[in-house]
Amino acid sequence: MNGLLKKIALYLVLTITAFVVFFPILYAFLISFMTGGELLQGNLFSKSFHLENYQKAFERLPLAHYLMNSFIISLSVMIGQLVVSSMAAYAFVFIPFKGRDAIFFLFISTMMIPWEATMIPNFITIQQLDWINTYQGLTIPFFAMAFGTFLLRQHFKTIPKELDEAAQVAGISRFKFFVKIVVPYCKNSLITLGAYSFLTTWNMYLWPLLVTNNDSVRTVQIGLKQLRTQELATDWGVVMAGVVVVIIPTLVLLFIGQKYLQKGLAQGALK
Amino acid sequence: MKDSLEMEQPILTDQPLSWWKKSLNIRTACLYLLPSFFLFAVFLFYPMAKTVYLSFFLTDQQGIANVFVGLENYQYLLQSESFRKSIKATILFVLYTVPTGVMIALALALLTNEKVKGIGIFRTMYASTMGVSVAASSVVWLFLFHPSIGFFNKIITAIGGESVSWLLDPSWALVSISVTTIWMNIGFSFLILLGGLQNIDEQLYESAKIDGASYLYKLRRITIPMLSPTLFFVLTVSLINAFQTFGQVDILTQGGPSESTNVIVYSIYREAFVNYQFGTASAQSVFLFLCILIVTIMQFKFGEKKVHYQ
Repeated sequence: MNGLLKKIALYLVLTITAFVVFFPILYAFLISFMTGGELLQGNLFSKSFHLENYQKAFERLPLAHYLMNSFIISLSVMIGQLVVSSMAAYAFVFIPFKGRDAIFFLFISTMMIPWEATMIPNFITIQQLDWINTYQGLTIPFFAMAFGTFLLRQHFKTIPKELDEAAQVAGISRFKFFVKIVVPYCKNSLITLGAYSFLTTWNMYLWPLLVTNNDSVRTVQIGLKQLRTQELATDWGVVMAGVVVVIIPTLVLLFIGQKYLQKGLAQGALK
Repeated sequence: MKDSLEMEQPILTDQPLSWWKKSLNIRTACLYLLPSFFLFAVFLFYPMAKTVYLSFFLTDQQGIANVFVGLENYQYLLQSESFRKSIKATILFVLYTVPTGVMIALALALLTNEKVKGIGIFRTMYASTMGVSVAASSVVWLFLFHPSIGFFNKIITAIGGESVSWLLDPSWALVSISVTTIWMNIGFSFLILLGGLQNIDEQLYESAKIDGASYLYKLRRITIPMLSPTLFFVLTVSLINAFQTFGQVDILTQGGPSESTNVIVYSIYREAFVNYQFGTASAQSVFLFLCILIVTIMQFKFGEKKVHYQ
């Protein structure tokens, strides 16, 4: 009896808190289907289900184009970070050389430099390279990542040393060992890191704001800012439709990758 | 990528290893570390040094250093009313968001660490805010805070209260932004803390169960100590994130009203890219860097001792 009561109480608390946490997302969904009139009345549910707001959102902004840009940029950064960090992590784990610890410490110390403190010179660099409004300006500065190297290093370390020695005796090259053994063995960490970098890049705001000044490579996040300024106080349904379009890809990614992120990021945090 | 072992020719002589052969490892390592190093050098170390350099100069609109002014930019900042407000806003923001955010995430993680049916759905819902970008969250909360048709004021007026101008009132604006931020960060902190909880050895609880320990006792004696490294990590990340806040301020208040939400990164952005004062903006950036440096060092110095590692 006591156990049952406890269970009911637990579910009650879970349901209420889940509702509170999820409410803003739900609210955005609900409003995106509403007409302006319904909104002003303060209804929570739309009487009729209509997609006009979505149509308008895509008409007023090149939203499809922005989505495409965000996909290209997030994918590029994801691949770039995976390649660059896994190479560095490989060197830190499998290649013994003098000063390895010192160099690793240097890597870790980069985490103490807030990216925002470097943005002014970075902006000037991008300008001088003529990379304003280009994909490379939005992606390449983010390819190197200390956190990613750190996370992968933890996992690479769990590969038995004997495997590496055996591979060397058998004359398997380092690069082959890296690609054929290390990468498949650490698939989970790579997926975790990949999902994480895709998410963070998709959500990036300040840098795209600085280095884009036309629509060519602008991302959806900046699109939201534009929508917000255009539609202020008028057509909130359209704005929310834009929000829903922007958050769906990352929500889906999160739902799929949640297990990986939960395990992988916590591991990276610890050891 | 060229392969170093394959390139190497077998050495058949009995002579001691040549320098070339001995340095094989370091050369290979360099090859693997080169991309990271190059990128860090160009986009992190160089600009950090350049920021410090620029902070001693007056610059033109392109950000070219013109006149050396020594510490004048710093002196100017320390005397500037606006910068003082910015520091105050940043500190208050950190105090409002970090402890509350971590506590809420911890509570949710503890709740969903129970093994009951359907728990996966709840976990997904709590984690969901991680999938919502800063810009998207800010726009949704902008509407929730809307003075006339926003959800909060609708509720307040429905129960007979007086509507609050959340984002337009200097005494409410920072609180509103903090609430938004706490919500945005729940997902990430929750996910990490849940992962940490699941890494705790089941057997510790089994033996406590035999002893008939209460939930609170187990929480205090097992869960929290075992979770402390994760908590420590989440705390550090939240603190650093709080110092780096930008998007929600840009969308919700643009630093206003009367600079009450002009947190440091927003202030740097305004100074550099709206007012084109790269010198003073760089001085502020140096300040930001020092803040984060101090936070990180302090956390590692004091936090590390109290943290229990498995």
